[in-house]
Amino acid sequence: MIAIEFILAGMLAAATPFLLAALGELVAERSGVLNLGVEGMMALGASVGFITVYSGGGHVMGFVFGALSGMALALVFAFVTLGLHTNQVASGLAIGIMGLGLSAYFGKPFESFTVTGLGKIAIPGLSDFPVIGGLFRQDIVVWLSLIFTPALWYVLKHTKLGLLLRAVGENPHAASAIGYPVILIRLSAVAFGGLMAGIAGAYASTIYTPLWADGMIAGRGWIAVALVVFGTWMVGRVFLGACLFGAVSLGGIAAQTVGLAVPSQLLASMPYIVTIVVLGIISSNRRLVKLNGIASLGEPFEK
Amino acid sequence: MTEPLLSLRGVTKRYGPVHANTGVDLDVRAGEIHAILGENGAGKSTLMKLIYGVETPDEGTIAWQGELTQIGSPASARRLGIGMVFQHFSLFETLTVVENVSLLVPGTKKALTKRIVQLGQEFGLEVDPLAYVYALSVGERQRVEIIRCLMADPKLLILDEPTSVLPPQSVELLFDTLRRLSARGVAILFISHKLEEIRSICTHATILRGGTVTGNVTPQDFDAHALATMMIGRDMPHLSPAEAVQRGANQLEISGLTLGTDDPFGVSLKNIFMHVAEGEILGIAGVSGNGQSELAAAISGETALPKSMRDVIAMLGQDVGAMNPATRRKLGFAFVPEDRLGQGAVPELSLVKNSILTAHRHGMVKKGMIRHGRAAAFAKACIAQNDVRTPGPAAEAGSLSGGNLQKFIIGRELMLAPKLLFLNQPTWGVDIGAATAIRRRLIELRNAGCAILVISEELEELFELTDYMQVLSEGRLSPRFKTSETVPEDIGRAMIGAGEGAA
Repeated sequence: MIAIEFILAGMLAAATPFLLAALGELVAERSGVLNLGVEGMMALGASVGFITVYSGGGHVMGFVFGALSGMALALVFAFVTLGLHTNQVASGLAIGIMGLGLSAYFGKPFESFTVTGLGKIAIPGLSDFPVIGGLFRQDIVVWLSLIFTPALWYVLKHTKLGLLLRAVGENPHAASAIGYPVILIRLSAVAFGGLMAGIAGAYASTIYTPLWADGMIAGRGWIAVALVVFGTWMVGRVFLGACLFGAVSLGGIAAQTVGLAVPSQLLASMPYIVTIVVLGIISSNRRLVKLNGIASLGEPFEK
Repeated sequence: MTEPLLSLRGVTKRYGPVHANTGVDLDVRAGEIHAILGENGAGKSTLMKLIYGVETPDEGTIAWQGELTQIGSPASARRLGIGMVFQHFSLFETLTVVENVSLLVPGTKKALTKRIVQLGQEFGLEVDPLAYVYALSVGERQRVEIIRCLMADPKLLILDEPTSVLPPQSVELLFDTLRRLSARGVAILFISHKLEEIRSICTHATILRGGTVTGNVTPQDFDAHALATMMIGRDMPHLSPAEAVQRGANQLEISGLTLGTDDPFGVSLKNIFMHVAEGEILGIAGVSGNGQSELAAAISGETALPKSMRDVIAMLGQDVGAMNPATRRKLGFAFVPEDRLGQGAVPELSLVKNSILTAHRHGMVKKGMIRHGRAAAFAKACIAQNDVRTPGPAAEAGSLSGGNLQKFIIGRELMLAPKLLFLNQPTWGVDIGAATAIRRRLIELRNAGCAILVISEELEELFELTDYMQVLSEGRLSPRFKTSETVPEDIGRAMIGAGEGAA
C-alpha cells in the first residue's frame, strides 16, 4: 500500500521530463524531421538551467535559459539538416553528443552542487484523500504541463497550424507546390522541439532532482524519442506512455525500499526493458503505425 | 469573335540545348473546351507550366484578358483566375477532404464543408467532405482536386491528362462536369493524347509536335486517324492482328487466392481465379488501386503467402507458392514491374549492371565473379534489338527517358526467352511510338508460344493486345472475357459490378 501511494504521488513529477521532451519531439517529427539529439538538448538545458538557478537567477530564469540553450542547439541541427540537407540521423546523433559534451563542460565547476527545488501546490480537498491524495500535490511545472498537454493536442488536431504541420510532414512537395514555406515550418518545429527539451532538462536538474551531476539526464532523452513512436505520434498516448515510464522508474525504488530481493541493476533497467517490450507490441500493429506515421519523416526536402 | 481570355504569341522555352516549346501561338476563349494534343515529349507539359506560372518563357508574350502579363508563380496564376488539376494529385492522404481544401482556400471548416457539398451538386462532383483522402477512389480524388480549383472561382481550368486514371464511367461523369463548367463560361484546357475523347468533348484543338504547333483544328471535323497523323507526323503504326494460336498448357494458374493486407492503404485480394496458357495474352483491366500491386506482388513472389495459400499458385507446371522471386525466375518466369526506377531498374547503375540483375544466369557470372564482357555484350544487344535511344551501355539507367528505359527493361526480360512473362503497366508514361513497338514485340512473343499476363489501366491497349481479359475491382477478379467478343462497355460494367460482391 505504501509503495502504491509512493508511486502515485511521484509518478507525474517523474513523468514530466519525459513528457515535455517527447511533446517537443512529437511536433518536430510531425513536420517530418527526426531529431535524435534530444538527449543532448536536455542535458544542455539541464546544466544551463542549473547554473542559472545556482547563481541566483531564480527558477523562472533557469527555465528561460535552459529552454534557450536547448533551442540554440536545435537551431544548429536545423541549419545542417534543413539548410545543408545532411542526413538527419547522423546529424542528430552528432549534435546530441555535442550537447552532452557542452553540458559536461559548463557543469564541471558545479559538479554535485545542489539548489533548492520548488514547493508543491496542493488542490484543497482532493489532496487529503488517503492513498491517491499525493496525486494532487504537485509542483507548478507539473500542473502547467498538465494544462499544456491538452492545449497542444487541440492545436495539432483542430487548428490550421496543426493541419499545416501534418501536411508538411506527409507531403512536403505538395505543401510547397500550393505555396507553403516548408523549410521555415520545419525549422520552427525543430526549434520548438529543442525548446521543450531544454525545459525538460531544466526541470530535471532544478526541481525534480535539484542537483548537478554529469550524465544526470541518463537516457531520458532517448526514452522521450521512443515515447513518440510508442505513442504513434498522438499526444494522449505520449502522455500515457510518459506516466507509465514515470511509474515504472519509481516502482524500482519502491521495490528496493520494501526489500524485494531483486538486483538493483535489474530494477534500474526496468524502464528501458518496458520501453522495448511496449515498442515491440505497438509496432506490431502496422495499420496503426502507418495511419498515424509520418510519410516524409527523416527525408531531406529539396525543391 | 470575342476577345481571347488567354493569348500566347511566339512563346519559346529552352532547357539547355533542348527546345521544349518553339514559337507557340495559342488562343483560348471563355467557355471553350480546348484540347492540347500531342505525344509524350511534344511539349504539352512545358506549355502548361508556362501558363500556370511554374516556368517563365524565354521568348514570346502571354496576354490575359487582352493585357500583356507575366505569370511568375502558381500563386499569381491563381490570382488571375487560372486553376490546374495535376495528373498526379497534390492531395494529402492522411487529411480529410475539407482539410485538404482548407489548406488552399480561406474560410472556416463549416463554411467550406457547405461549399464543397454545394459545388458537388452543382457540377456533379459529389464527394464526402469529411472522408479521408486515402479512402477515396482515384475518381473521387480527382473530384476533390477539381473542387479545390473551383473554390477559387477560376476563369480558366487546366486539366493534365485527366482521364488517364479514370474508369470509363467516371470519364463520362467528368465530361458532364466539364460541359457544365463551360456552359458557365469557364474556359478549359484539356491535355490529352486520347483522340476519341478529344473528338467527343473538345470544341477546339491545338496540336503540338516537337514543341511547335502543327495544327489548329476543330476536332469534330477530322477522324481519329487524321488527328493521329497530325500528332505523330506520319501514319499511325499498325499492329499485326493477333493470329489464333493453338491453345497450349496453362503456364500460370491461380485457383482461389485470398490475401489480406495490413496496410491501411492496401487492398485485400478476394478469391482470385485466373489462368494463362501458352501462346495467349491475358489482360487484367481495372483502375489502379483495386489490388493491382497486391496481385502483382503475389505473382512475382515478392509477397510471402500464408501457409494456407501455398498451393493456389502454380507456374510452369509447379506449385510456386513457397518460392521466392529468384526461384520463380529460374523456372522461366520473367517479370516487368510497374515502377521502372526502383523495381525494374536501379537508376544509379549503368545499363550493363542493370542487365546483370535479372540476366546473371545467362553466363554472366562465373564462380561468383561477374564477367563484365558478357554483360556488356548482352546490354549492347538489348539496346540494338529494342531501339533504345541512349549514348551506350555505360549510361546510367536513370538518365534514360521513361519510354527508352521501359524498352530496355522489357527487352532485357525478352532476351531471357521466358515461358511466362508478366508485365505490370508496360506502357505507362511511354510515348505512342515506343508503346506500339513494345506491343508489337509482345505479340511476336505470344505467337512464338509464350504465355503473357499484362496488367494495364489503358483499356485501348488491352483491346489491341490481348486474347482474353479479366477485370480487377476492389480486390475481386471478374470472369474471363474473350477480347474479340467484348466491347469496352462490358469491361466498364465489370469495373463497377465486380466490386458489388459475389452477386
